[in-house]
Amino acid sequence: MDKTLPDLAAAVAGIEDGMTVMIGGFGGSGAPIELIHALIDRFRATGHPKDLTVVNNNAGNGHVGLAALIEQGMVRKLICSFPRSADPRVFTELYLAGKIELELVPQGTLAERIRAGGAGIPAFYTPTSYGTDLAKGKPVEEFDGRPYVRERWLKADVALIKAETGDTLGNLTYRMAARNFAPLMAMAAARTVVQVSHLVAPGGIDPEAVITPGIFVQGVVEVPHPAQEEDLNRANAVYPEVAQ
Amino acid sequence: MTKLSSTQIAWRAAQDIADGAYVNLGIGFPEMVAKFQPPGRQAIFHTENGILGFGEAPAAGAEDWDLINAGKKAVTLKPGTAFFHHADSFAMVRGGHLDVAILGAYQVAQNGDLANWSTGPKGVPAVGGAMDLVHGAKRVAVITEHVTKDGKPKLLDACTLPLTGVGCVTRVYTSLAVVDIQDGHFVLREKLPQISLDELQSLTGATLHLDGAVADLIVPEL
Repeated sequence: MDKTLPDLAAAVAGIEDGMTVMIGGFGGSGAPIELIHALIDRFRATGHPKDLTVVNNNAGNGHVGLAALIEQGMVRKLICSFPRSADPRVFTELYLAGKIELELVPQGTLAERIRAGGAGIPAFYTPTSYGTDLAKGKPVEEFDGRPYVRERWLKADVALIKAETGDTLGNLTYRMAARNFAPLMAMAAARTVVQVSHLVAPGGIDPEAVITPGIFVQGVVEVPHPAQEEDLNRANAVYPEVAQ
Repeated sequence: MTKLSSTQIAWRAAQDIADGAYVNLGIGFPEMVAKFQPPGRQAIFHTENGILGFGEAPAAGAEDWDLINAGKKAVTLKPGTAFFHHADSFAMVRGGHLDVAILGAYQVAQNGDLANWSTGPKGVPAVGGAMDLVHGAKRVAVITEHVTKDGKPKLLDACTLPLTGVGCVTRVYTSLAVVDIQDGHFVLREKLPQISLDELQSLTGATLHLDGAVADLIVPEL
């Protein structure tokens, strides 16, 4: 019943080579920096996991969080809408060298594919991308005189997300626009692990305020005062830190 | 040559936004439109990453990085701000709930096709929410220079760059004119009084049609 995990290492255990991992966040807001760094620690200690397919809106910024995960060579393929940022060098260099695969998805289609994955809808039709390069090879159907493109659901083995307050049953609230993709990813992954800034007992969250119900969450780990990607980048942080 | 500055183009686009309109401004140059709402009107701004009704940028040092817009710039709360997740955000976009989207452009075609996400196969492609925004907002307007930096028309008979959307743009605010797209044609509505119709046509890659009088495009010094 209690979904609390003892530490970050336990939170990222069980992520294996070749898995699809959804990572919450839009730029730095909502990025589960501590979970990502724990995954990097495991890779540096064991050589695993690698060959990951990562789903995120972006492709990391600077040398922390998602960018650091990519820089370690753990990511084989990225599914995202906007692989640019203030400092996108890590992804850009690997991509231009042909060392990382990119599936570019319009942002609303990415969100809806993830939602559909979590909601048991294997495909849907959207007007987005009709007549463009991103619709090439996809079935098109006309409804009420307008053409729509068929898109498939997107599911994951694991989702790593950040929430503001979580209870031990996995009920979650988020902080402002840090919510973004997290509630969708929580639904679409076989196993969703959440870093929460505040862990409370059941009853500690007003049921009216729950955004993600605990049924979508398998593990909760408390990380008080989480790092914010923008702050790390403004301090030119690099993960893991280079030994002096 | 006399032309409007980016700020002035943004000002002109802002004059057509009604009080209470739900509006999405593309990242970069279109974000300036928010500064020029006419007195007595207040639009409600939407950003793809899940905020409605946000306020202006905070003072330097007062940023909260969980409170950003689609361009990853810090914004602020206002009374009435609402947060929501990404699927709801794009339901607002595709579901026809936004009144206006104002976007930048590399090229616009006379049939309303828009190219604004890719300049070709080189580099890293990135699309963001552009392809979603062009389908669903009740009105999709473009703000742009009338010609490229090297003087080539951006308003064309057909786009040559990869498309963002087909037949989606209904009005273009340029550094020289305001042009509607109607029935597969550019229809000239306003032009700078300093430029002749012939000059404007020579800088436009498709025929500018006339439908009644062409008004002077008058914008304050900003």
